[in-house]
Amino acid sequence: MSSDTTLDKSGTSGVGPVEGARLYDVDNPAPVIEPPRKRTTKTPRSTRGNFEMAAWLFMRLSGVVLVVLVLGHLLIQLVLDGGVSKIGFAFVAGRWASPFWQVWDLLMLWLAMLHGANGLRTVINDYAERPNTRLWLKGLLYTATVFTILLGTLVIFTFDPNIR
Amino acid sequence: MATPTLEKEDAKPEAGFADSPYITVTFRIRRFNPEVSADAVWEDFQMEIDPKERVLDGLHKIKWEQDGTLTFRRSCAHGICGSDAMRINGKNRLACKTLIKDINPSKPITVEPIKGLTVLKDLVVDMDPFFQAYRDVMPFLVTTGNEPTRERLQSAEDRERFDDTTKCILCAACTSSCPVFWNDGQYFGPAAIVNAHRFIFDSRDEAGEQRLEILNDKDGVWRCRTTFNCTDACPRGIEVTKAIQEVKRALITRRF
Repeated sequence: MSSDTTLDKSGTSGVGPVEGARLYDVDNPAPVIEPPRKRTTKTPRSTRGNFEMAAWLFMRLSGVVLVVLVLGHLLIQLVLDGGVSKIGFAFVAGRWASPFWQVWDLLMLWLAMLHGANGLRTVINDYAERPNTRLWLKGLLYTATVFTILLGTLVIFTFDPNIR
Repeated sequence: MATPTLEKEDAKPEAGFADSPYITVTFRIRRFNPEVSADAVWEDFQMEIDPKERVLDGLHKIKWEQDGTLTFRRSCAHGICGSDAMRINGKNRLACKTLIKDINPSKPITVEPIKGLTVLKDLVVDMDPFFQAYRDVMPFLVTTGNEPTRERLQSAEDRERFDDTTKCILCAACTSSCPVFWNDGQYFGPAAIVNAHRFIFDSRDEAGEQRLEILNDKDGVWRCRTTFNCTDACPRGIEVTKAIQEVKRALITRRF
């Protein structure tokens, strides 16, 4: 301990940290180790109504529907009737001639995209620590989601089997 | 078995049979002292200790006999005050309820402060954010009308409804084991939800609706990922995740 105190004095001499000298002491403590996004002392105000509950419910309900839609989709596309080799422009055109498959694919597109986007939203909320990072990541996510949903919907509704 | 003191006296003079009840245990403790260094470091302490002793006794031995600067919280030392929750061998436990023989003393026993709260020194963390979340769910009886002249009566079934969550000792073992809380301290955390549950399902209380509204928000129950870390960590055996799910269910059935 005695050698420690002598080192302390040389550390505060103004020459700068000497090798082996301590940077911190009782009067000049180091910053404490803070966790990310510490709770604010103010009681949070109610903000978004039932959005979080709706999102939580949507995840469960869309998940159940997607199990049927996606497994059915995979079965038809990859297993039944010759498997992957049958898929081509003619196959897609043939399926989308029926409103049933149009609705199936449209529903699958919307539910899967919103389900995935909401899942990623919670991942970003959980793991992106800085508010700016969260803002940008979510902005990117929402842009990509809206773009994909709109493009997919447009294709399903305006699909022309005679395109050349 | 009924007289352990007698047994010990018998065992002592019989040398060679079981030489000593003591074993050598290494405690690997996460030390942090902002007055010395900005970094937390692991420090090893060795001692001879009876494996039937608790981790808290080991910490006492270190503080009293080896290094008086070791800092940790403890009050009652009997699992009721909830002061000495710490991360022992990677799991949140009360040091006063964990026997050394139960946590594999042949390897170094790691002791860390609980995660997700500001470390002030060694094993002491800043509990203010934790208690702030607790305060925010209004953990007190709220009623309207005149106060009754007698006690507020409640049937045994009504009391049973929230019995599990009355056991909470606010040690923060659950909240600081929650991965969502580690990354975002704005989340209310299991302990606050457990204590809200205790009043939401109390037939005598009338502010259940308000508490549900508080927990319905962005940082409320919907952030729970049901990882069950809280249930595993609770030294009182409260089914914490179940309580959180019950609050979720109450929120949904209330709306539809």
